[in-house]
Formats: sequence, structure tokens, C-alpha cells
Amino acid sequence: MRFITDRKRAVGLGAAKTGTMEHWTTTISSVALIGLMPVFVLIVGSSLGSSHEDVVATFSRPFPALVVILTFWVGFGHFRRGVQIMIEDYASGVTRKALLILMISISYTAMAAGLYAVVRLAL
Amino acid sequence: MVQLTLPKNSVVKTGKTWPEPKGATNVRKFQIYRWNPDTGENPRVDTYFVDLDTCGPMVLDALIKIKNEIDPTLTFRRSCREGICGSCAMNIDGINTLACTYGMDEIKGTVKIYPLPHMPVVKDLIPDLTMFYAQHASIMPWLETETNAPAKEWRQSIEDRKKLDGLYECVMCASCSAACPSYWWNGDKYLGPAALLHAYRWIIDSRDEATGERLDQLEDPFKLYRCHTIMNCTKTCPKGLNPAKAIAQIKKMMLERAV
Repeated sequence: MRFITDRKRAVGLGAAKTGTMEHWTTTISSVALIGLMPVFVLIVGSSLGSSHEDVVATFSRPFPALVVILTFWVGFGHFRRGVQIMIEDYASGVTRKALLILMISISYTAMAAGLYAVVRLAL
Repeated sequence: MVQLTLPKNSVVKTGKTWPEPKGATNVRKFQIYRWNPDTGENPRVDTYFVDLDTCGPMVLDALIKIKNEIDPTLTFRRSCREGICGSCAMNIDGINTLACTYGMDEIKGTVKIYPLPHMPVVKDLIPDLTMFYAQHASIMPWLETETNAPAKEWRQSIEDRKKLDGLYECVMCASCSAACPSYWWNGDKYLGPAALLHAYRWIIDSRDEATGERLDQLEDPFKLYRCHTIMNCTKTCPKGLNPAKAIAQIKKMMLERAV
């Protein structure tokens, strides 16, 4: 039993003074992915089953390489923000913090691995 | 935090079935959630039969008839019986609404009545709205001004007054907040659709001088941005208001000053 007023419970620790830019960035990345994803699927899809030389040739061209790099960058950033909201919704306490650390690490690792792969193919 | 199963002492059991009225031909079956904190028993669902020929058309009429003529222990809030006070908000036929304005003709078959979901229950159909009211108070639901009060009144143009339409009508029944999954899971931090609709009502008021401070108070990943535009609030509002739109407008104003 804590003897605090309802008002104090409702106000909690006050506003974190953050959230708008996260919301705005998620909105922008959603719009960006609408354009990026179909092109990404076309580029990667057409490369499936091709020889190593053909794939290297595809990703050596600036347009496919840039599209794939942007998709990894924007996509995993969007994934990170989306899953973070989901974890915050459904988990609390230590579980929330542990899942957030795990998910953020996975997102940035996957993003880095994708970028590294494309750069290595392209150069 | 999300809870997918009820605790053992909250599992709803089958309750008492009251006898049907003798000689009645137009009878409606009611299944009503009952819980009394003093008995220490689990909640139960009691079954009642109401003679509609001697009852008013609204669900509240039936509840009052049950309380007056069948079971005086049935507990619920009610006052104005015309959708103004917001007291009789409850979950009827799966929808959060006001019992006084919800007609029995809108329901097919058995009328199932529960308290507003995911709120602590005081008794039977009465939810504990303490936190809900405290959250409403936290958004400062009054005119904040720095300028000295004018001799007569704070003036407002007809156009600016029109901006309050669809906002000031909220009766704080809590139907919207109790229908919002984000409020269910994070109701301790997220303000919920009702408080945010009221927040917008004061943010958009041309006479208020604390717009910036009000937005500052809402600049938070939980207080405001836990709204995921699920729209249950708008769908369920018994007054036909649109809290989701009000929240979207606050988000737009946040962006306007940041970008």
C-alpha cells in the first residue's frame, strides 16, 4: 500500500518530452518503404538463381545497390521502432528492458550485416 | 501490462437463475455480471427474465425494473436517464455504451451486461473510475490564462467556437477508454481517449493561453503516442464523438511545432 494521491499516480514521473520525432520518423520510413519495397523485391527477386558473376554485376550498378542499401537501412530502422512499440505494449519491468535490448541488438546487427553484404558485392 | 487470462479469483461462474414472470408473453432474458467484494466469492452471471410489456424500451429501464421488482441487490450507477451524466456506462451486448440510451430493440436474443472492461470493479456493474478521473484532472480541464481577466468575458469568434463542437459534448462515461486495448495494457501511463479528447478541447480553445504547456505535458511515448489509431474509441462512443480524430489532431500540432 502506497499512500499517494490519485493525481500523483496519474501524473507519474511526468512527460518524457520525447515521442514526436519517433512518430514522425516512423511515418516517413513507412512512406519510404512503400516505394522501396517493390523495387527491392524486383531487384533481389530477379537475382535469385543467377550466377555469382551476374549478382555481382547487378549490385555493382549504383541504382540496385543504393535501393537495397536504403531498404536495409530504412527497413530495419522501421522494424526496430515497430517492435519496440509492440514490446512496450505487451511487456513490462525487467522483461520489457531485456526484450528491448535484445530486439535493438538484432535490428542493428541485421542492418549492418545487410549493408556489409551489399557493399562487399558492390565493391 | 497485457493479461490474457483472468486470475483464479476473477473467473466468472454461472450464478442464480431467477424465475420467469408468471403470465407474461413478451419476456426478455438478461444475463448480468454480479460481484460482491464482501462475500469473497468469484464473480458470477445471474439470469433474469423481464416482462417487456411492463418495461420501458431502454436497457436502463430493464435494469431498474430488475432492481425494483426482482433483485434489489443488483448494483449499478444511473442518474439522468438521458445520456447526459454518463453514469450508466457499461458493456451491453459486447459494446461499451450508456444503458439509458441503448434500446433493447438493438439487441438480438439474450441481453448480456457486464461492467466496463479492464477497469477494477467496485461492485456488480460499477467500475472504479478513480484513475480515469485523475487522468482527466491531470490535463488541466479548465481555461488557463496569463492575461488579466477582461471586464466582461473572454471573447471568442463564431469560427473558433465551432472548433469545440464534437469535443465539449463528452460526458466522461469512460466507454471509449475502456474499449481501448492500449488503455487496457498501459492505462497507468497512457492517458486514454477520453482524457486526450478533453486535452484537445482545451488545446484548441482560442481563449486558452497555455497551449504550449499543454502540448509539453503530452509529449511522451506513453501519455499520447500509445494511441495506435485502433479506433475502438470512436466506434463505441455513445455520444457519437470522435476521440481518435482529436488525438490525431494533437499529434499534428505536435509535429507542427517540431518540424
